Amino acid sequence: MIAKERRKERLDRGIKIRTGGLYALTSWREMFYLLVPRVILIFGLLLSPFILEMYWQRVLCQAGIYALLALGFDFLAEYVGLVCLGGAFFVGSGAYISGLLNAKMGWAPFLTIPIATVAGAVVSTLVLLPCLRLRGIYFAIISFMFPLLTVYIIIALNIFGGTEGITALATFPNIWVDQYLILGAVIIALFVLRRLVTEDIGLILRSIKDNDQAVKASGISITSYKTKAVFIAALIGCFGGAYLSHLYGWVGISQFALDYSILPIAATVMGGMGTLVGPVIGAFILTPLSEALRGFGQMRVVVYCLILIGFIVYKPEGLMNVLQRKYHQFEHWEEV
Amino acid sequence: MTEEALLQVKKISKSFGGVMAVKDMSFEIARGEILGVIGPNGSGKTTLVNLITGFVKPDSGEVFFKNKKITGMQPHKIADRGVTRTFQVMRPYHSLPAFKNLIVPLNSPRIRRTRGGKLGDKDGVAIDILEEIGFERDAYVPYKIASSLPLGYLKRLELARCLALKPEVVICDEIFSGLSMSEISTMVPLIEKLQMEGMTIMMIEHRLRELFRLVNRVMVMNFGEKLAEGHPEEVMENKEVREAYLGTEAVPC
Amino acid sequence: MNILIYGTVNSVIFALVAVGFTLVYGVSRLPNFAHGALYVLVGFLTWSLVNDFKLFYPLAILISLGISSILGALIYRLVLIRLRGMATSEIIASFAVGLIILEGLRLQGIGGFKGFIGPFYVLPSFIDSKIRITGVLLDAQRLIVILGGLAVVASIWLFTHYTKTGLSLRAIAQDEQAAMMLGIDSDRAAVISLSIGSALAGLAAVIILPLGNVTAEAGYRILINALAVCIIGGLGSWAGAVLASFVLGFSMIISTSLFGSVWESVVLVGAIILILIFRPSGLLGKQKELEERV
Repeated sequence: MIAKERRKERLDRGIKIRTGGLYALTSWREMFYLLVPRVILIFGLLLSPFILEMYWQRVLCQAGIYALLALGFDFLAEYVGLVCLGGAFFVGSGAYISGLLNAKMGWAPFLTIPIATVAGAVVSTLVLLPCLRLRGIYFAIISFMFPLLTVYIIIALNIFGGTEGITALATFPNIWVDQYLILGAVIIALFVLRRLVTEDIGLILRSIKDNDQAVKASGISITSYKTKAVFIAALIGCFGGAYLSHLYGWVGISQFALDYSILPIAATVMGGMGTLVGPVIGAFILTPLSEALRGFGQMRVVVYCLILIGFIVYKPEGLMNVLQRKYHQFEHWEEV
Repeated sequence: MTEEALLQVKKISKSFGGVMAVKDMSFEIARGEILGVIGPNGSGKTTLVNLITGFVKPDSGEVFFKNKKITGMQPHKIADRGVTRTFQVMRPYHSLPAFKNLIVPLNSPRIRRTRGGKLGDKDGVAIDILEEIGFERDAYVPYKIASSLPLGYLKRLELARCLALKPEVVICDEIFSGLSMSEISTMVPLIEKLQMEGMTIMMIEHRLRELFRLVNRVMVMNFGEKLAEGHPEEVMENKEVREAYLGTEAVPC
Repeated sequence: MNILIYGTVNSVIFALVAVGFTLVYGVSRLPNFAHGALYVLVGFLTWSLVNDFKLFYPLAILISLGISSILGALIYRLVLIRLRGMATSEIIASFAVGLIILEGLRLQGIGGFKGFIGPFYVLPSFIDSKIRITGVLLDAQRLIVILGGLAVVASIWLFTHYTKTGLSLRAIAQDEQAAMMLGIDSDRAAVISLSIGSALAGLAAVIILPLGNVTAEAGYRILINALAVCIIGGLGSWAGAVLASFVLGFSMIISTSLFGSVWESVVLVGAIILILIFRPSGLLGKQKELEERV
């Protein structure tokens, strides 16, 4: 007896095909189809401060920082092929630089944050520079080691405030500034990166990831492009760190903590590597989750890692890709 | 066609852990020449290309391009000077249109210099290049997804990647391999046209019949050494060359 | 003289720690980020078996080693095997596993599990006495470290050069595809290498931990040290790892005696950066940079 097999067939929805390229402008319905997800995202983010109570608003700010880091990680991992296991280094360096500028020189946040963002990115890129010429594994190892080593050095030499950190920094005027600053940063970063990857630079970076020999043979210096990519990701992360220092008014070694390295990775894997939006959403899901688990102490990290492994093994494409597929395509079972 | 040597290789050697891949090779290519390089499998031809183009650093010896030393320089710098090469194994972008594959070379510093500043419509330039190389614009071939193109087009795409850099030397590594007779017959005029436009070409090939029609000079390699050099007919008369090829399919199907 | 002896001890410590990591990476190109975690795990398991279950010390050691090598094999079979070939995912997953173990050991309050924090977890030394060597007072345990370390390195060398399994592991390390054509199963090799590597991590732990106490934080330090040795020596090179251990071991001891122990981490960072700038593939690295893949 021949067993009837079923297989899933997926077809693009009619409306998706009709919205390719310029055709999207031909009707309101099609434009809606394209715009609705994005609008929901932006407005959802921007309006959320209004519906949340104080405690969760703080969580939102923290989630924003993680979202920035997740964006950076996704960009580096999927579009350049560099797995950055040390997002905490970006956060820590941004935080410490802005904290030091504020504490020692008395500069206000609107000065320290931009300066720390750029300076932190420069420092991070310089530190990672020597391993850009080497195979990807070196980048992963070095990026993992540096946040931890920096902590050891800070403690051992008792510089930059040692284990206590630097306190009594300036903070933002009110909670609304807190939130909209970070949300704005997230949205801007998201759209800038999306533009970037569709531009030629994005194409070159992806070529470097897929086929670096051909890129070299085409006369392009791989190291220089990788450096630019790391710098961009570092900018995003360092902004998060600089913002963090003024969010709570202090900096300390906990800002180099593993949390800042792992949660973005878990958020990215869960949200969908390569989609850029997925990691952001992932961060906004995982952060409240981790807050809820706060009572369990270090268990949080275990949970992130379990989620991460679960996704990477069973659903490596992540949430966003699944959602996108459902949105753009319909599927039905077909007898074969 | 001047007689000056554009590319000079002097006593170049490379061994990989005890195996001498290339041994003490020296030769020259004049501007506007087509040099064919033939030899049995494993004779070190691809290693030679890698040595010249900087993908592998030689143990000893020098490579000169336009009388300037390029030995051991980084591959992208050598390509930047105008020496390009094709790869036997190509990995074009599968889900992107064919012409997008040329965006990478069009963004190189070399093109930025020669075109003076912003290139403007890179997509358009890419499509033009592809059209010149035989991708019929009317049939929208340049826009086709790279993975859907047959091998003949992919080989030409690889060549186009080199040409997009406006090079002075193109080194083709077995560009005819795997192609059918009709596909080859479309590529041969392309190479002839390139030569007429003044391009210097070095071709590594197994398809001797087609190769001999194109080249003026041929060099034979065996076990990493230069066995013979000269006109195709003289070289094939050479006893050592015949021995090297004995038992080898000279014209694979 | 002091420096020579303590330098050697330090170097052997580095070597012991790095040997397991190098084995796994050399054979299956998998960076085992759980290495530090396994080290600490064995330390705690042994402590637990000795103190809570009152087992005979050597027996406890054997059991913990066994558990850690099974754990290593499981990590591969359950998680990593599905990710072979996808470099980014491999790195992320092994990293995550390591963290689960390490942070899991720090848990407290879940179902009465007390969690391993605090300085009172000490493994007893094998022999509790001091010996005088050329005028330098030395714990017997430190001497055991040196001898044990050398024994481990030597036996691994013998294993990979003279036993069939060991040779097949080396074959895979040198050229995976050729080895597969000869019938060596790369998955099986990976499982074997991961179990041996985990056991080695545990072995390092039982030899070294009696010198101090067992903490969960040590896990990260150990991992960093192993990674540093591999980078400085060259990823995948045995002789390089040994050489690097000595370089690191001695430079840290020297800097400690000259400047005080606070500069240890600085020395580590400095050494890594120097190597990456001047000899990126490591002191004896055979695997060159990207350039070499054709």
